[in-house]
Amino acid sequence: MTLTAADVAEIMRLVEQSKFDELNLEIDGIKLTLRRAGASTTQDTPDAVGAVGAAAQCEPAVPVDASLQDIISPMLGTFYRAPKPGSAPFVKIGSVVHEDSVIAIIEVMKLMNTVRAGAKGVITQILPADETLVEFGEVLMRMRKDP
Amino acid sequence: MAIRRILIANRGEIAARIIRSCRALNIEVVLAVSSADRDGEPARQADRVVCIGSAKSADSYLNAAAIVHAAVATGADAIHPGYGFLSERAVLPQLCARAGIVFIGPTADQIVAVGDKLRARAAAETANVPVVPGGAANSPEEAEAVARKISMPLLVKAVGGGGGRGLKLVERLEDLPKMLDLAAAEAGAAFGDVRVYLEHYIGCGRHVEVQVLGDGEGRVIQLGERDCSVQRRYQKLIEETPAPCLSAALRESLQQAAVRFAERIGYLSAGTVEFIVDAQREAFYFLEMNARIQVEHPVTEAVTGIDLIAEQIAIADGGGLRLQSEVRNLGCAIECRVNAEDYRNDFRPSPGRVRDVSWPSGEGIRVDTHIVGGSSIPPFYDSLIAKIIAKGRDRASALARLRAAIGATHISGVHSNLGFHRAALDDPEFQAGGVDTGFVARLYARRPDLSEQRTAGAAHG
Repeated sequence: MTLTAADVAEIMRLVEQSKFDELNLEIDGIKLTLRRAGASTTQDTPDAVGAVGAAAQCEPAVPVDASLQDIISPMLGTFYRAPKPGSAPFVKIGSVVHEDSVIAIIEVMKLMNTVRAGAKGVITQILPADETLVEFGEVLMRMRKDP
Repeated sequence: MAIRRILIANRGEIAARIIRSCRALNIEVVLAVSSADRDGEPARQADRVVCIGSAKSADSYLNAAAIVHAAVATGADAIHPGYGFLSERAVLPQLCARAGIVFIGPTADQIVAVGDKLRARAAAETANVPVVPGGAANSPEEAEAVARKISMPLLVKAVGGGGGRGLKLVERLEDLPKMLDLAAAEAGAAFGDVRVYLEHYIGCGRHVEVQVLGDGEGRVIQLGERDCSVQRRYQKLIEETPAPCLSAALRESLQQAAVRFAERIGYLSAGTVEFIVDAQREAFYFLEMNARIQVEHPVTEAVTGIDLIAEQIAIADGGGLRLQSEVRNLGCAIECRVNAEDYRNDFRPSPGRVRDVSWPSGEGIRVDTHIVGGSSIPPFYDSLIAKIIAKGRDRASALARLRAAIGATHISGVHSNLGFHRAALDDPEFQAGGVDTGFVARLYARRPDLSEQRTAGAAHG
């Protein structure tokens, strides 16, 4: 069996109603960690812990799950999360994207290049800080693809 | 020094070589790599590594925008282009100028001026430097007229670049139209410029070039010549300085002609003026100028004691040019280019992973390489893996040291041309000195063992 986005949402709802701060679930190589905000954390990606009650984070110990996908930088350049300074970012953790959704801009010598999600799903992690240099092949974001 | 951090836009042995000079000058190094070179030895040596694109050169080492962007983003003051790739493309100094980055090399205008071989010929003539009889071939009619004026055989050459690409030998006038088409197609693919021109073919010439440094304001010094006549299909294999068996008058004339040419264009940085020399007739002709550091620069460094990369950096940094009287050429130096290629099998490239390697060392020996045991040689780039340079007080002692050094070199896991070098250095004609560009063909004719195919699977130097 594999976990669908609906399954994860249902599990999150159950955890939120429970008295537990954390849930670790492992099924078929999928490792799901749910941690309530404010609970002590050992995660090294604090910004991935959502602001709403319980945060869902699907972090595989090893990327064996075909539904998880990295969005790789197609070029070296400066990474921008928003179309222009001060405006809302293209995507946040939890944003639902489709193949053609623009997720970031990479600027090379004043030339703006859009980066698209490349698949349908939910953004689960954003790695580079805004307005920093990213290299060719660097992981920009992680997403959970829709089945 | 204003230059504190340099981005190197190159790979392989020349990246490692530039890093060495930067270390000596206390300059930080950012190395721009393709995804194929992330784990290479130069990447290990650099202070910072940025991946600029995929293994394909067009995406990475030829990607000027990514390179200049990387320089700006990593706080580099200057870019060193090495040789090949973007080193002679005007776009790199142009983008550097826009981004406020120093380009360590000539100006964009100079790159364009010497890159257009017809313009360079014209500049040579103006500087009173002899050129090979020839001329433009913009149409079949113009080509035929030029061909009738200069005698057969002749060479069709690309206006847009050198390195043997777009070069065709024509021995009969009736073959000219076909060769023009072939050369134009090759030139278009290699340089994006289909223009070709004709030159009389000097069959048994020697390839001699002069190293110059210019301050960009009209002052030029020369650091002696190099003889690069040991070539196969226009690819140099062995280089040495001084050029053996040249009269003092001819040597002096060559050096002065190179200086006149570089002065004429107000040349900035390190460059090389190439000539074809007919030693019997005491004649020489301008071929082209290479507006970059050259592969074979270490032989010049060996006899002058001058670090040419450091000179390039100093000139780019406004540190000025040393005086001609400071340049003293002492002794003799010879270099073998070690390539990962099978010299028994038409010099076919032999990429792969090097299992074990031992490089020579000792008095007068220098090895420029980026290869250690376990290094991978990607199939995307040229096959040069090392340059072994020997210096001695005279040619005989340099040659003896080089033969011992080549004998002490072992490479396993990939094929190399070490066997070719052993045969060349052992050959009486090479030992006598002053060979012309027909040497490699004659060597292969004398030594049938050099073309004997080895048994499958074996991969030893």
